Amino acid sequence: MKHFSSFTSVIRTSATVVALAGLSYPTLAHADTTITNVSYDPTRELYKDYNAAFAKYWKAKTGETVTIQTSNGGSGAQARAVIDGLNADVVTLGVPSDISAIVQKTGKIPANWASRLPNDSSPYTSTIVFLVRKGNPKGIKDWDDLVKPGVQVITPNPKTSGGARWNFLAAYAYALKVNKGDDAKARAFISALYHNVPVLDSGARGSTTTFVQRGQGDVLLAWENEAFLAVNDLGPDKFEIVVPSYSVLAQPPVAVVDGNVDKNGTRKVSEAYLAYLYSPDGQKLIAHHYYRPFEAQYADPADLKRFPKIALFKVADVFGSWDDVQKKYFGDKGVFDQIYGEGH
Amino acid sequence: MSQLTLGWQSLGRRHVVPGFRLSLGFTIFYLSLIVLIPLAALVARAAGLGLSEIWEILSTPRVVAALRVSFVTSLLAAVFNVPIGVLVAWVLGRYNFYGRRLLDAMVDLPFALPTAVAGISLSALYAENGWVGALFAPFGIKIAYTPLGIWVALVFIGLPFVVRSVQPVLAEVDSELEEAAATLGASRWRTFRRVVAPIILPAILTGFALALARGIGEYGSVIFIAGNIPFVSEIAPLLIVTKLSEFDYAGATVIAVAMLGISFLLLAFINLLQLWTLRRFGHDG
Repeated sequence: MKHFSSFTSVIRTSATVVALAGLSYPTLAHADTTITNVSYDPTRELYKDYNAAFAKYWKAKTGETVTIQTSNGGSGAQARAVIDGLNADVVTLGVPSDISAIVQKTGKIPANWASRLPNDSSPYTSTIVFLVRKGNPKGIKDWDDLVKPGVQVITPNPKTSGGARWNFLAAYAYALKVNKGDDAKARAFISALYHNVPVLDSGARGSTTTFVQRGQGDVLLAWENEAFLAVNDLGPDKFEIVVPSYSVLAQPPVAVVDGNVDKNGTRKVSEAYLAYLYSPDGQKLIAHHYYRPFEAQYADPADLKRFPKIALFKVADVFGSWDDVQKKYFGDKGVFDQIYGEGH
Repeated sequence: MSQLTLGWQSLGRRHVVPGFRLSLGFTIFYLSLIVLIPLAALVARAAGLGLSEIWEILSTPRVVAALRVSFVTSLLAAVFNVPIGVLVAWVLGRYNFYGRRLLDAMVDLPFALPTAVAGISLSALYAENGWVGALFAPFGIKIAYTPLGIWVALVFIGLPFVVRSVQPVLAEVDSELEEAAATLGASRWRTFRRVVAPIILPAILTGFALALARGIGEYGSVIFIAGNIPFVSEIAPLLIVTKLSEFDYAGATVIAVAMLGISFLLLAFINLLQLWTLRRFGHDG
C-alpha cells in the first residue's frame, strides 16, 4: 500500500503545482491592460483574429497596449464559471438565457443588457444547418427527413449546450409551421427526432467530433459557421452542407460584465471592445469567419456570397422571451425532459 | 489494519519513534481540511432542502436509471479488474523478464493520463470505424456509445488500482512458505488457495474498493465513450453536470450526496469483508 499511496500523492502534488502555475500565469503577462473575454466554443477562430485587430486599433487610438484573454467552452459552463466568480470583463455567449442567468444569479450585469447594443446585443448571427456525408446517401433535404426511421441524427444535449438549444428550437418551429401551430404534433415530431439521436454529447464541438471523426450518424445539426469550418478543414470530398427550408436566426449575445469591469477599472476598454465588433472592420472579420454580419454592407461581398438564403425566424416571434423558453423547454421537467420522460 | 486497535492504547504509552501526538493531530487536521469539511459542506447544502424535496429528486426514474448505470458498470468493471489485476501483479512481481520494468511503469499510465484524453482515445478505438470497434462491428456488437463502452473505460482506469494494491503484498509473501507447502505435499493450486490467496486477499479487496470508488466518480473518460442517452448510457456524474448547467445547485448536490452515501455504504461493506478475512485467516495484510 505504501508504494501506491506515495505514487498518488506525487501525482496529486504535481497536479496541484501545475494548477497553481496555470492560475498565476495570467497575472505575469506584462501589458498595460488585460481584459478577459469569456466565450463559447465555436468562436475560437473568430476571436483569435478579432483580438489582434482590436489590440491594434486600441493602440492606434489611445496608445495603450491591451491584451485580451479569451476563454472558450460550452456556453452554459462558461456562464456558470462567471457566476461562480470568474473575473470576466466581457461575455460573448451562445444563447441569451446564459447571460440572463448571470444577471439573475449575480446582478453583475443589469437586466436591460440586451438593449445596450444594436440588434439585441448580437453583433453577429448564425443559423442551424445540416452537415451530411458526401453524396447525401440518406437523401436528407429538410427537417422531415430527420424523423424517418433509420436516420441517425447527431446533436448535443440542449440542457448542457447552447448551440443545441437553437437546434431544438429550429426543429420545433419547423414542426409548428408545417402543423399550423398544433403543439401536440410538434412535440411528437421533436420526440421522434430525438429518438433518432444515438449519441448525446454535452457540447457542440463534441458532437462535431462524434460525427466527423467517429463516423457516427447520418446528419449533424450544426451552427452554420461550424459546418463551414468542418467542410473546409476536413475536405469537401467528405461532407456537404444541406440547407433546410426554414431555420432559426441564432443571435449569440455579447455583454460587458459591469460588476467586474468597475472592479478591474476596465470599463472603457471593455465597452470599446464590444462596440468595435459593430465597426466596419469588425463586421468584415465576422463575415470572414462564417458568422452572418449584422451590417452586411461592411463585409467582403465574396464572403457574403457563401451564406445560403434561408427563411429565418426569430425566437421571440415564435416562442416568446428567452427566459420563458429556457424554463418551458430546457428546464427541469421541461419539454426536453419529457421526451426522455417517465416511461421512455 | 490491526494497528488501528493498537492505536488507541498507544495514546497513553511511550513510543520508540516520537511524535505520535503531533502526527495524529496533523493527520486529523489535514483530513478535516481536505476531506471532511468539503464533504460536510456538500451535505449541508443538500440538507437545505426538505426531505420530501430530496426524495422527489432522487426518485425520478431518470436519476434512478443514471445511478444504476453508474454503480452497475463500476461494479462490473471492478470485478473484471480483480483477476486481471492479480495476474498482472503476479507476473510483474514473481517473474523476471526482459522489459519487465517498462511494463511495470506502463501500469501507471491510466493514473497519469488526463481522463479526457483516455476517453477520446478509447472512443476512437472502440467506435465502429476504430481499430477495435471494427473487429466487433461485423458481429453486430457495438462498444462505443453503449453501456459496454462505459465498462471499457472503467476497466481501463481501474486496473492500476488493483495491480498497485496487490503487487507490494505479493512481493512480501515469503516464497519459503510456498516451498514448505509444496514439500508437505500440497498441489500448486492448493498452495495458491490456502497459502498465497489468504495473504493477498485483503489487498485484493482494497484494490477492488479503490477501483470501484474511482469508477463511480469517473466523468472525463466516460462521457466521450458513453453516448449519454438518458435511461441507457447516462451516468450519474453527467446528470450532476447537467443540473449544474441549469444552475440547479441544490439538485446537483442531492445527487452527489446520494452517490456519496451509496459509495460510503459499499466501502464500509468492503472494509467489513476485509476485517472478516483478516480474522478468518489470521493474517495481517
